[in-house]
Amino acid sequence: MESGDKVWEVFVQKKPGLAFKHAGSCHGYDKKMAIQNARDLYTRRGEGRALWVVPSEAIVSVPLEDSEAFFDPGDDKIYRHATFYKIPDGVNHL
Amino acid sequence: MDKFEKAFNDIIEKDLKVEPRDWMPEKYRKTLIRQVSQHAHSEIIGMQPEGNWLLRAPSLRSKQVLLAKIQDEAGHGLYLYSVAETLGITRQEMNAQLHSGEAKYSSIFNYPTLTWADMGAVGWLVDGAAIVNQVSLQRTSYGPYSRGMVRICKEESFHQRQGYEIMVQMAFGTPEQKEMAQDALNRFWEPALMMFGPHDADSVHKGQSMAWKIKRESNDHLRQRFIDRTVPQAEFLGLTIPDENLKFNEETGHYDHSPFNWDEFWNVVNGNGPCNEQRLDHHKKAHHDNAWVREAAAAYAAKTETIVA
Repeated sequence: MESGDKVWEVFVQKKPGLAFKHAGSCHGYDKKMAIQNARDLYTRRGEGRALWVVPSEAIVSVPLEDSEAFFDPGDDKIYRHATFYKIPDGVNHL
Repeated sequence: MDKFEKAFNDIIEKDLKVEPRDWMPEKYRKTLIRQVSQHAHSEIIGMQPEGNWLLRAPSLRSKQVLLAKIQDEAGHGLYLYSVAETLGITRQEMNAQLHSGEAKYSSIFNYPTLTWADMGAVGWLVDGAAIVNQVSLQRTSYGPYSRGMVRICKEESFHQRQGYEIMVQMAFGTPEQKEMAQDALNRFWEPALMMFGPHDADSVHKGQSMAWKIKRESNDHLRQRFIDRTVPQAEFLGLTIPDENLKFNEETGHYDHSPFNWDEFWNVVNGNGPCNEQRLDHHKKAHHDNAWVREAAAAYAAKTETIVA
């Protein structure tokens, strides 16, 4: 990559109250340029009312080869789901 | 077959999406980089034939609309460059490949735009053909490419309607304007059909791309869909499609057409079209002339950005 030019991940919030959603990436040399480029690229038609840009290199993720083991602790705890519990017939609002 | 290859094959089999960090065959990655970067370059080079009419647009409204459309094309190019970057190629490398001729862009942009009616024909036919192709690509197996296509398709329909509106104004205008509209159709019809690429029997990349679900429908299939949609639109305009063998076939339910002039197609692909040199030279010049902006931006960022270095 050209010196100084960075890739940024772009997150757009469509409406107040909604979660920010990953929209894609853009280029920029600094924060201000990155967020202006993100605006021009991802919100030309009112797609959002708030924006985040994060340097791509700052995103941390789980290496693919580790993902099975990494997510494993969640898989065997079925009692974390509401459907695990039996509620007698006739009991409502549960 | 190791577990990564099996995981990849399962994704393709089940019509799921391959994501940037998933394992993928090297050939899959290379094919996508070639296709997506070519797609991106087409959007960017495609700004030039339209930019030609920006300062000569016949009204403020048409100028504003054309400017917005060209800005969209830039946006589409950037979405697509971003997609290619997730596959491990940099923006700089893609630019270098475009400049060296290693990477191609759609041949259609090597034709000149001679009259204002060409702005109509480009939007109606060129964007129309692109939409047929891109709607199909929304189902491509590579996740970022698929999502890019969804976004692009939403925006493209404005482009095609904008083009058709110009065609309506010209075709129902003065006799001279109608003549211009017909002339634009005459020049852009066959090149637009050739945008779908060679016939299926001659398509080099077809088999593997279809098996990997990078492409979902064949060139000929998409081309026929475009023809079937477009002929009635030309009839409405009272214009004649420049193909004397064009006829509705009751049996197949599709329009038959003459064979295309593929020599002309390959000649333009290989760099001998009317504007190949002009388009590339312009891109190189803009890139070189703007080097100082990149240098200044880098110097400014080095000075002011302390948190994210």
